[in-house]
Amino acid sequence: MFENVGEIVLLFWRTLLSLPLAWRQRQKIYDQFFEIGNASLLMVCVLSFFIGAVIALQTGPVLVERGLASAVGGIVGISLAKELAPVMMAILIAGRIGSAMAAEIGSMCVYQEVDALRTMNINPVHYLVLPRLVAIAVALPLLVVFAILVGWLGGAVVAETNTHIAVPFQAFWANLRDVVELKDVVNGVFKSFCFAMIIGVVSCHQGLATIGGPRGIGRSVTKAVVNSIVLIVIFDYVLTRVLIK
Amino acid sequence: MNASPNHPSGVSVQVIGLRKNFAGQEVLKGIDFTVQPGEIFVIMGPSGSGKSVLLKHLIGLEPPDAGEILINGEPIQSPDTASKYRMALVFQSGALLNSLTVGENVGLYLSEHQLKPPEEIARIVAEMLADVGLKGTEDKMPNELSGGMKKRAAIARALVIEPQLILYDEPTSELDPLSSVLIGEEILHLQQRIHVTSLVVSHDRDLAFGIADRIAVINEGRIITIGTPDEVKRYDDPMVKKFLHADFKPDP
Repeated sequence: MFENVGEIVLLFWRTLLSLPLAWRQRQKIYDQFFEIGNASLLMVCVLSFFIGAVIALQTGPVLVERGLASAVGGIVGISLAKELAPVMMAILIAGRIGSAMAAEIGSMCVYQEVDALRTMNINPVHYLVLPRLVAIAVALPLLVVFAILVGWLGGAVVAETNTHIAVPFQAFWANLRDVVELKDVVNGVFKSFCFAMIIGVVSCHQGLATIGGPRGIGRSVTKAVVNSIVLIVIFDYVLTRVLIK
Repeated sequence: MNASPNHPSGVSVQVIGLRKNFAGQEVLKGIDFTVQPGEIFVIMGPSGSGKSVLLKHLIGLEPPDAGEILINGEPIQSPDTASKYRMALVFQSGALLNSLTVGENVGLYLSEHQLKPPEEIARIVAEMLADVGLKGTEDKMPNELSGGMKKRAAIARALVIEPQLILYDEPTSELDPLSSVLIGEEILHLQQRIHVTSLVVSHDRDLAFGIADRIAVINEGRIITIGTPDEVKRYDDPMVKKFLHADFKPDP
């Protein structure tokens, strides 16, 4: 993975330089954005609801035992906003969308479609990478906001209905509002924006580096997902360290 | 060259001492030839002789290890040359973008470079598709076309550029004899109509001797001979004779 870091950074830089062309590529950006949202929204809802639910289930009884039942809302709220929603959704999107990006661009490389673009003086970075990177950079933070809200709902439902916790809805939300500040949500959304860049650029790079036939496409897809997840986890630590100050 | 876009004229191609290695294996071992403007130049040779690699160098997709390629005297690797001269490659597979319709594929160059308004692009696309016998296929997806139709759609996509140089990579491979003849006629028709320089890589002997002004025979990364079809037929070299006269002879 690390031997390609230079190429990945270079691709990211070239894509940033091509940002002024984003308006020209707006239809492709919209198509990619729709594809990401359409493919992921239901999964995001299900995943985040149950993540919120399981945090409430794990922490609730322990807090109740120690007379801290009212803190459930804050714990679910802050863990989802700052950490779990951005990281889990990024991993989900790396698997669902990153793999699709690497496979699509990879098959275009294998079947000479990328070469065909080059012969027409169409830059593959402008045509293929830019729309995907812009779309995922907008879509993932929005999905994370959605995930945070649905996750909080999942936590609240479990906190109220589980007999070992039995924290009323209003008490859950009151504590959540006390503990979670707007900057916590903003930090989480900022993290997800960085993760979106990682997924987009790593997956497109793997797609463009595809050689060989169908086996080469399979290798690229696997590397795109694994490398994205590894980088997400590493950058999660770095960003948390920076943002926690 | 300041050819009018509506009446493009062919460019000259000069290949000088071209060499290329892949993982230590020398694929091109010093290729030299010149193609005159408006000429149909066919490069023939057995599979693995370096024809397709040579073609990729000629359109600038591969950088040479040594030697140079000049288009009207200017090096192909220079960005100025790529923007100054209009060149197109018709890939062996057609290489149509599978996510786009045939019409979008053919009009891609114009739409991506925003050279014409959408209505004008639609008109040009319809005209180009009609020119290659694919009238009314604009809304089809590439996977709905046969192999021959894909190649003709790829030719239409190349024509939209109004090229001064067209490179064809095995234009008749995987095609039935009738479709092969149609493709050959199309190449001739284009040369007569727009005087484009055509460089065809093929091991189809019928196509080569039917359309070529000159033929180069390549083997193991070297040019064996260059000449008119008659000169190549008469050329006294065992490899060339074997290649040109190879035929399936079943045991009686």
